[in-house]
Amino acid sequence: MTDRSLIRNFSIVAHIDHGKSTLADRLIQLTGTVAERDMKDQLLDAMDIERERGITIKANTVRIEYPAKDGKTYILNLIDTPGHVDFAYEVSRSMQAVEGSLLVVDATQGVEAQTLANVYTAMEADHEIVPVLNKIDLPASEPERVIEQIEDVIGIEATDACLISAKTGVGIPDVLEAIVQRLPPPKEGDADAPLKAMLVDSKYDPYLGVVVLVRVIDGVLRKGQKIRMMKTGGTYEIDRVGVYRPAMTDVGELGPGEIGYITASIKQVRDTRVGDTITTVTKPTDTPLPGFKPSIPVVFCGLFPVDNAEFEDLRDAIEKLALNDASFTYEMETSAALGFGFRCGFLGLLHLEVIRDRIEREYGLELITTAPSVVYHVFTRDGEMHELHNPADMPDPANVDRIEEPRIKATILVPDDYLGDVLKLCQDRRGIQLDLTYAGSRAMVVYDLPLNEVVFDFYDRLKSVTKGYASFDYEITGYRADNLVKMQILVNDEPVDALAMMVHRDRAESRGRQMCEKLKELIPRHMFKIPIQAAIGGRVIARETLSAMRKDVTAKCYGGDATRKKKLLEKQKAGKKKMRQFGKVDIPQEAFINALKMDS
Amino acid sequence: MEEGAGFGLYVHWPFCQAKCPYCDFNSHVVTGVDQARWARALAGDVARVAGRTGGRHGGRRLTSVFFGGGTPSLMEPETVAAVMDAARAGWVCANDLEVTLEANPTSVEAGRFGGYRDAGVNRVSLGVQALNDSDLKRLGRLHSAAEARAAFDVARRVFDRVSFDLICARQDQTREAWAAELDEALAMAVDHLSLYQLTIEPGTAFAARQEAGKLRGLPDEDLGADLYEMTVERCEAAGLRLYEVSNFARPGAECRHNLLYWSGGDYAGVGPGAHGRLTLDGRRVATEQVSAPGAWLAGVETAERAHEREEEISVSDQVVEYLLMGLRKREGVALSALSALGDAGASVGERAQALKDVGLLEAVSGRMRATPRGRLLLDRLVAELAG
Ligand SMILES: Nc1nc2c(ncn2[C@@H]2O[C@H](COP(=O)(O)OP(=O)(O)O)[C@@H](O)[C@H]2O)c(=O)[nH]1
Ligand SMILES: C[S@@+](CC[C@H](N)C(=O)[O-])C[C@H]1O[C@@H](n2cnc3c(N)ncnc32)[C@H](O)[C@@H]1O
Ligand code: SF4
Ligand SMILES: [Mg+2]
Repeated sequence: MTDRSLIRNFSIVAHIDHGKSTLADRLIQLTGTVAERDMKDQLLDAMDIERERGITIKANTVRIEYPAKDGKTYILNLIDTPGHVDFAYEVSRSMQAVEGSLLVVDATQGVEAQTLANVYTAMEADHEIVPVLNKIDLPASEPERVIEQIEDVIGIEATDACLISAKTGVGIPDVLEAIVQRLPPPKEGDADAPLKAMLVDSKYDPYLGVVVLVRVIDGVLRKGQKIRMMKTGGTYEIDRVGVYRPAMTDVGELGPGEIGYITASIKQVRDTRVGDTITTVTKPTDTPLPGFKPSIPVVFCGLFPVDNAEFEDLRDAIEKLALNDASFTYEMETSAALGFGFRCGFLGLLHLEVIRDRIEREYGLELITTAPSVVYHVFTRDGEMHELHNPADMPDPANVDRIEEPRIKATILVPDDYLGDVLKLCQDRRGIQLDLTYAGSRAMVVYDLPLNEVVFDFYDRLKSVTKGYASFDYEITGYRADNLVKMQILVNDEPVDALAMMVHRDRAESRGRQMCEKLKELIPRHMFKIPIQAAIGGRVIARETLSAMRKDVTAKCYGGDATRKKKLLEKQKAGKKKMRQFGKVDIPQEAFINALKMDS
Repeated sequence: MEEGAGFGLYVHWPFCQAKCPYCDFNSHVVTGVDQARWARALAGDVARVAGRTGGRHGGRRLTSVFFGGGTPSLMEPETVAAVMDAARAGWVCANDLEVTLEANPTSVEAGRFGGYRDAGVNRVSLGVQALNDSDLKRLGRLHSAAEARAAFDVARRVFDRVSFDLICARQDQTREAWAAELDEALAMAVDHLSLYQLTIEPGTAFAARQEAGKLRGLPDEDLGADLYEMTVERCEAAGLRLYEVSNFARPGAECRHNLLYWSGGDYAGVGPGAHGRLTLDGRRVATEQVSAPGAWLAGVETAERAHEREEEISVSDQVVEYLLMGLRKREGVALSALSALGDAGASVGERAQALKDVGLLEAVSGRMRATPRGRLLLDRLVAELAG
């Protein structure tokens, strides 16, 4: 057990790409936590997708031993958290398990939207905050300006910020000293009191089952203990107790203030509830932790196998992934057009993409992804509220009293030059401006927006109209009624349920027209002409016609060509598998998602 | 497949003076071809295949021979004669045996026409390709338009049956330009024309240029369709009837050998890369010979027949092949030939209905054929029919 006064638990908060992972690498490296030959970049990002996309998806921890200038050796526990808005819940939960944060700001960029969102979460968790200005090796860095900005915008003292380059290693020793000197040790904690530990996160390991990340508050965790999860009521016997260095390393016990993992033959991640209190069966604590709010999926879409025969494989893949990700939900869905698949719920679009990528990559399945939709609250005339996850399930409008949609508060930081474009984009997406302030030459705009308008390609559009200079963050604020209708898309006079969507009535015509135009580009020409229509109820509001293909014939075909052409036909047949048949029309799988992309 | 399709022999000559940038035929540019050795090898292989098909007592009557390439007009007349001798020795020949040779229209080659006639050739097909020099240059051809016309005149004097090929839908070709050029061609033509729309074949110099974005001015789908429709209209008005997608002839002057391919008949294929289709003991087999000329020659000269692969064609593949080839003909496919192929053939009829409904296919007296609109979409149509 470690002396509590020698423990420092902290996290690093930063906007994406400001250098969080690189700093973590340096801290690990400088303290010799990992042998030099095992060191690799972005050490804490374990998943392929994390490394490839340069994002952190799962919270990770590492225990670092640091001999400080005061002659004592400290135990530093770093929790690395995701930076993307989709995973804001991960950040907030991890924050509860530590007492301080390093606020990393790229000294060439300054404060960004996620810097704000994350630092506010840290402040809510009562963290002591040490500002760290990174990338001072770059000529474009402006530490003084950024220090001022931190003080102005965030309102914390930043004159004694650490100036570092996580890349070259400059200033890292100062960061380590600041962690020890400026961050507090764990507050409470009585080793002799009944066990009280916080379930911070859990992940699935194919060999060990569920590995639970814990923070001990009172008491001691030991192998062989019989534990109870106070919220779920599950009881287990602890198999292993250990810490991440960052490799899993068993230790005898974990005492108050310590962070580590346990395994206890838990079968699925779903059996663990983040924020739950872990205690012993025999001597339980009588003051369980308040717990976290569970994360709820906000974006839903259908995932269907391109090849119908692969439905069972898809089920298998989804079930396996769900074992490791309790925030992702699924239920079976049947579509007239696409056959059997799953309606899945995600924390956001990135989360959706990550899961879809993993299914395709790790399980070798090809998927059709249908239009993402948010959860609408449909109030029928009988006074009941129905959660609508799928526009296809929309009740008869005659029975509908009103429809409410989720709204968000979006915070966007953008250089002055692009402000006009951002305001236009928000306005186009039915936004209501709440605030507009300046921090130096950057504007901070706050908008109330329908989540529906943001979910799909808002972030891409924002990036593109601001040449990548804007940053964006949001939180869901609640539900509000609006004039929403279900728009159907008919291809060759047949409704394609997988393309149905909810839209605001005032924007239905323009949205319908865009969809029809897009589909006209995305669907290859057929041997006959194909009308493509958007309709509300029975009324067509937009129409395009895909003209018939006129020519597809081999000019020259003699004896030897029979064999060649036959092979070509077989290839074509394989290509056709990537399309879905709707009546007589083949629609390519990418069309379902690409049809939604708006040019403005 | 169809009754009375005949029986043919295809002989491939794999050498050319230069490689044209659009061409993906099995053609090679080499110097010092040992003609005597090639003559022995080709003739020997003809004799071997004749033996496999029962020889003069196998009950087959040879109705056509086709020397294709490459550039068969680079063969010495003696080489052609050696092959013809082997063919005549190998099979009983029809009285009206058609013997075609593909020729490039240069003066050198025209000089050999008399020799070819003496060897038994009675029809030539000249690769004229274009009637103006700038387009000939862009197609990478070695001859001028004037030279091609001169070669054509020689051919007409030597042979009764002369056809020539043009490639249309060329870069920057307008409707008007093609109409004028086609009219010129029709004025020249005897009784047969092959008019191919330029196809960018994978692996050719044109394909590489296209990939690099440097092959500009190719017609889009609509212009291609317009050019095609105009071609058919003008040829037919001039009395050259379309009898296959790209082939036009005065009735009776059709190339019998090519019709054999499109009717699903049997033919032997000899020479590098040559394909054959033979019905042997009730099985239909596909033969394919090694493409590389050196390897082919070496293979032929050993006893193991290492230069040829042979594979039985499944019934369902026979159906596909018959559709692929047969629907190219004006008359289309014979329903009797399809139903002779059992269930696989019968199921085509079910799929055909939808295509008839949209006016792409039609049934006429025991046959099923593509409509003019369907003919332009034939590759699609066959893909649908083949299921
Ligand atoms: N020049 C320079 N580049 C850095 C520094 N720290 C990080 N980077 C680079 O900035 C990018 C983002 O860093 P990363 O640690 O992945 O950021 P994260 O998204 O916050 O985890 C990477 O390309 C790093 O190599 C630094 O101090 N100087
Ligand atoms: C076997 S090829 C070549 C015959 C002869 N060597 C010649 O070039 O004249 C027969 C005909 O196919 C046509 N052809 C070859 N390649 C073509 C292509 N890529 N597109 C359209 N027609 C083509 C040409 O008209 C050519 O005359
Ligand atoms: S088009 Fe004719 S001459 Fe040109 S390379 Fe091909 S076969 Fe030889
Ligand atoms: Mg990172």
